[in-house]
Amino acid sequence: MLKIENLHVKLEDEEKQILKGVNLEVGAGQVHAIMGPNGSGKSTLSYVLSGREGYEVTDGEAHLGDVDLLDIEPEERAAAGLFLAFQYPVEIPGVGNMTFLRTAVNAQRKARGEEEMSAAEFLKVVRAKAKTLKIDADMLKRPVNVGFSGGEKKRNEILQMAMLEPKMCILDETDSGLDVDAMKLVSEGVNALRSEGRSFLVITHYQRLLDHIKPDVVHIMANGRIIKSGGPELALEVEQNGYADILAEVS
Amino acid sequence: MSAVAETMNVTDERLAGLTLPAGGWSDVARKDALSRVQMMGLPSRRDEYWKYTRPDTLTQAVAVPAALFHNDEAALFDDVERLKIVFVDGVFDADASDDLSLEGVSIEHLATVDADIHWARDIYGVLETNGQKPVERPLAALNTAFATDGVLIHVTGAASRPINMIYLHNSETSDVMLHNVIKLDAGASLTVLETGPAAARLNMVTEVEVADTAAFHHIRAQGRDHERRAATHIFARLGTESVFKSFTLTANGVMTRNECVLELTGDDAKATVGGACVGDGDFHHDDTVFITHDAENCESRQVFKKVLRNGATGVFQGKILVKAGAQKTDGYQISQSLLLDGDSQFLAKPELEIYADDVICSHGSTSGAIDETALFYLQSRGISKPVATDLLTLSFLAEAVDEIEDETLREQINERMASWLERRRG
Ligand SMILES: Nc1ncnc2c1ncn2[C@@H]1O[C@H](COP(=O)(O)OP(=O)(O)OP(=O)(O)O)[C@@H](O)[C@H]1O
Ligand SMILES: [Mg+2]
Repeated sequence: MLKIENLHVKLEDEEKQILKGVNLEVGAGQVHAIMGPNGSGKSTLSYVLSGREGYEVTDGEAHLGDVDLLDIEPEERAAAGLFLAFQYPVEIPGVGNMTFLRTAVNAQRKARGEEEMSAAEFLKVVRAKAKTLKIDADMLKRPVNVGFSGGEKKRNEILQMAMLEPKMCILDETDSGLDVDAMKLVSEGVNALRSEGRSFLVITHYQRLLDHIKPDVVHIMANGRIIKSGGPELALEVEQNGYADILAEVS
Repeated sequence: MSAVAETMNVTDERLAGLTLPAGGWSDVARKDALSRVQMMGLPSRRDEYWKYTRPDTLTQAVAVPAALFHNDEAALFDDVERLKIVFVDGVFDADASDDLSLEGVSIEHLATVDADIHWARDIYGVLETNGQKPVERPLAALNTAFATDGVLIHVTGAASRPINMIYLHNSETSDVMLHNVIKLDAGASLTVLETGPAAARLNMVTEVEVADTAAFHHIRAQGRDHERRAATHIFARLGTESVFKSFTLTANGVMTRNECVLELTGDDAKATVGGACVGDGDFHHDDTVFITHDAENCESRQVFKKVLRNGATGVFQGKILVKAGAQKTDGYQISQSLLLDGDSQFLAKPELEIYADDVICSHGSTSGAIDETALFYLQSRGISKPVATDLLTLSFLAEAVDEIEDETLREQINERMASWLERRRG
């Protein structure tokens, strides 16, 4: 599904190398988790994959299926099936959540040559999905993320994901800022989307989330590289001992 | 040539080409206005009040011609239940207009009234003269003297539908002065819609007397002819607990100067003046506002938003004057521009002058580019960059458009702006 090879990334305006050769392959239907110390490059990886400006790829490749991700615009990557749930969802005053969602859904459908969703159908689907995420009608009417609490913003990300039905979902610290109940809600939302044709890359600092969303593989990222990969037990090890042992082991 | 001599030269040349219309009841006001223009002289580049806007094409003897603009877009407010009054290049078109009768409202047009006594005599040129202090507005006095037509509206009750002045532009060389007088009696209410460019060059004055507890709503769309020029003035006086709300939408137009001069003279009055403008290329748009608070517990809001690209220029000069004794004044002023490229510019001069001690006044002026983070967020959801840019542009303008109280009219403005942006995407 997602294949990243030898990815090197530096900041566009600065001589600062952030990713120093990332290799990662997520198979169809799999859930992979990435853990790692602050500043190790996890968010950068997710941004570079989704096409944010400000970064320069100096080497390496990334493919989603047979689509060369690094060559195309962010919206084309989205239409190809990539979705990033932001670590810090963006507030957009003046743009209604509903307008935003419908524009996004239909833009992607159009890009894929599919028929657009009618207003009535869209409303029905979005209401149903919002309900399972306990997002009330009022939040749907408000401008995108404006005045939403931290947890509400994260639930809104999952709602977008549910509406857009991507193939490859990257969740960047979706668990941070969530209370225990919201964490369950979001995990259920994610688990409901799990299917053979859909993969997840879950970036997190805490084992807790992985209790709900069971990963097939756990990677540890440090200093711009994946330094260790293993099964779910790797997350437990991090939770108990921190990163010191793992960092010592590889250096 | 000295500055004064130059100004007088321009003024003389302009006046030489004009003749005072015989106006019956308005004769006195017209003659007075003419002598005031002669005293003041027309604006020149050296005037502080015209620092950011070159007045020459607005003052010169002969107007620069403006090509006519055609497209297949339905006229704005076409499906709104309204009373239409049509002017073609400044000339009243009876056939295209509706019957000028509306319950609780008397409607006439200036050119046909030559009686010696008329209610409008107490307002025509009076509010304009009032508004010449402390800053001179010679183009408005010129208009009072020479306006050839306009609408006289006297509202005694709640008008059942909006009055829509439709100003068509059919001659490339038309040079037009229109003067409207609107009087709302105590408790009356009216919505006035104004649409269209009116002429190659327009000089427009609207005087509005809003009596106690009356409510006046005004929505104007200035027409999309690229080469048209306009200098407009609104002078309004607000009584106790009255409401005045004016919104202007401007797209295109090589030169626009919109002045709005409001005086809050009765306690608890509320005034809002706002505008949204989108300019591309050869476009200069100036909003100049002067609001005087002369009563207690009044509220005024100025909300102006400009989207500029390809070298367009936006200007905002906004002043709130709070007189001694105008306690509990709440004055709000915001003027912002969204610069879509590095060539465009926004010049702002917000001013507060306050002589009362118990007031809240805030003003802010900003100029910025599209928020890259928001743009990326939208793109990452599959929305193309041009569409995302338009969404953010509309959201930027929304704060001004939201000042329109009537939801249907507000939505029409929003839809129109969205369709303009969509058209340019091709
Ligand atoms: N646009 C930028 N400008 C400057 N430095 C940047 C930029 N983007 C990333 N960095 C730097 O690159 C490094 C990696 O950042 P990144 O956000 O990817 O880390 P992270 O692994 O997601 O951290 P966290 O766990 O705290 O979210 C950090 O040192 C960060 O300061
Ligand atoms: Mg991060």
